Amino acid sequence: MPSKTNPKQLKGDNHHTLPKTLTGISGLDEITMGGLPAGRPTLICGSAGCGKTLFSLEFIIRGAEQYNEPGVFIAFEEKASELVANVASLGFDLNKLQEQKKVKVDYIHIDRSEIEETGEYDLEGLFIRLNYAIDSIGAKRVVLDTIENLFSGLNNQVILRAELRRLFQWLKDKGVTAIITGERGESSLTRQGLEEYVSDCVILLDHRIINQISTRRLRVVKYRGSLHGTNEYPFLIDEDGISVLPVTSLKLDKPVSSDIVSSGIEALNNMMSRGGVYRGSSILVSGTAGTGKTSIGASFANATCLSKEKCLFFAFEESPKQIIRNMHSIGIDLQKHVDDGLLQFFSSRPTLYGLEMHLVAIHKAIKQFKPSTIILDPITNLVTIGSMSEVKAMLVRLIDFLQEEQITVMFTALSLNTVVSEQTDEGVSSLVDTWILLKDIELNGERNRGLYIMKSRGMKHSNQVREFVITDDGLDLINVYLGPDGVLTGSAREAQALLEETGQVLHTNSITMKDRELERKRRVLQSQIDKLQFEFESTEEELNKVYIEEALKREVMQQNRTKLTDMRKGHMSTEKDVKPVANKKNKK
Amino acid sequence: MEQLYELRLYVAGKTQKSVTALSNLKKYCEEHLAGQYSIEVIDLLEKPQLAEGDQIFAIPTLVKKVPEPVRKIIGDLSNEEKVLVGLDIRPKTS
Repeated sequence: MPSKTNPKQLKGDNHHTLPKTLTGISGLDEITMGGLPAGRPTLICGSAGCGKTLFSLEFIIRGAEQYNEPGVFIAFEEKASELVANVASLGFDLNKLQEQKKVKVDYIHIDRSEIEETGEYDLEGLFIRLNYAIDSIGAKRVVLDTIENLFSGLNNQVILRAELRRLFQWLKDKGVTAIITGERGESSLTRQGLEEYVSDCVILLDHRIINQISTRRLRVVKYRGSLHGTNEYPFLIDEDGISVLPVTSLKLDKPVSSDIVSSGIEALNNMMSRGGVYRGSSILVSGTAGTGKTSIGASFANATCLSKEKCLFFAFEESPKQIIRNMHSIGIDLQKHVDDGLLQFFSSRPTLYGLEMHLVAIHKAIKQFKPSTIILDPITNLVTIGSMSEVKAMLVRLIDFLQEEQITVMFTALSLNTVVSEQTDEGVSSLVDTWILLKDIELNGERNRGLYIMKSRGMKHSNQVREFVITDDGLDLINVYLGPDGVLTGSAREAQALLEETGQVLHTNSITMKDRELERKRRVLQSQIDKLQFEFESTEEELNKVYIEEALKREVMQQNRTKLTDMRKGHMSTEKDVKPVANKKNKK
Repeated sequence: MEQLYELRLYVAGKTQKSVTALSNLKKYCEEHLAGQYSIEVIDLLEKPQLAEGDQIFAIPTLVKKVPEPVRKIIGDLSNEEKVLVGLDIRPKTS
């Protein structure tokens, strides 16, 4: 056990009772839940070329660089200069670390031809060298790569085995975290049965070729006193060293967001009650060839970048330039986003490496770029390198990871069969939150695209089939025409629309005719009313005339009578005359 | 054979094996190389940094530096035949 408390070693809480040392190898610390057992030896075994040396070397270098734990690398196979050259390609400057006394590389050369064995001996020399190396830089980490070379150099197995046992005990007593590498044996983990001696932690590296595509895998065979991931995890060796992918998480306790992000197509957003998809959700766009899946993907990418967020576009079919050019034709300028650093393409042929490697690569790219949206176009191409079930398993892990990171993902999938068994699509459909289905609608000798939302978790969505059109200004959805003959699309829809328009014109025309008729009727009636009015007036006048004449007649008669009376009375005073006349009148 | 043998014996402390090896070596040298050898005994417990130079990992190790080729004999040198062959004093075939 280390005498000094190291802050980098996770001291036991409820779950970790064993102190651990972080390796710094990306992903491994997650699988082992904190690293390798501190102060104990760990065995890393695997066949030739599976990355044992690099693995252990990275352990030393990362320790020195990131955790300030100096390390000793005892090489039995490669010379120090060779090792330096090997890791230089991964961006590690081993020479500098050696000068800074953070790393010490010691090459132990065992040449059988130079060595004779006579009688009893022990490996005290190795111990002394190791001890000297450890003490000279205060090493916390030790790698013995690969100690099995001793077996080929020396004959006396009895001594060797006894000494190895002593060595591992000695390493424990010394309190260094050690990695011992061993060649994979025929029936045992290592050729010389090293696993007998190193019983705390055993990690198996594997290099398998399936369908001509090689994948490196790692498995923690044993980890005494600690929980650990038990699956095989793929790992990748690239310019940044090793990355292991802790892919299968067991829990379903991802954070969820109720933020909405736009799908990039206004009409599509409107088909969903929340006006978009949830952030961190997964969208599957599936359809047959040429239904515009990539365009939807690009449109989504465009929308993401327009809202100043980052998008990562994984293209498995087309090169970035091709996509950019093609999307120009529908009015989406992706180049601008690439220049702004908001959009990054990650183009690779599916056959470049195995499925797991793709996953690791995707993982890495995401970790580096930290996008808020990713697009995988198309996932179906991955089937060329793995079976359906493998692809599904991979996507499960990917979705898991993306949900954890709150990244919205859009997959496109090619439905291989037009007689759609809609539940295929790599079986991802059950995993995704939103499933948009693109369909060919073949009618009247033409092919049109139909789009509908199969499902949209957590929000209401339109149940309509829309016609999906790709225009010079982007993508749009049109309500398909539901005519008497069923759903109409494309030119049939246009024709129907024209037909309706004609009908509308005719209709309007007939209405105006009716209006005029009415007007005319009104005028006729009006004129009749006028005529009657005139008739009435003339009748009235007639009647009035009779009245007036009567009155006049009477007046004239009265006057005449008065005149006659006057004439009879002759010279009677006017005063007397007036009175009787007035009285007469009144009597009338 | 007027060659000078430069021999180095690496030991780690005064262990039984080391003592046996040294006494064996001296005996053989006196018998076969009288007057034309030098023995340097290096105790790695005192000078651990010297282990690297001669690629020592087992103790005790006898290293013949001169004449070429460099040979190493590990063990307590109890098998005289092997030691003599190892030191090229006696050809292997004989």
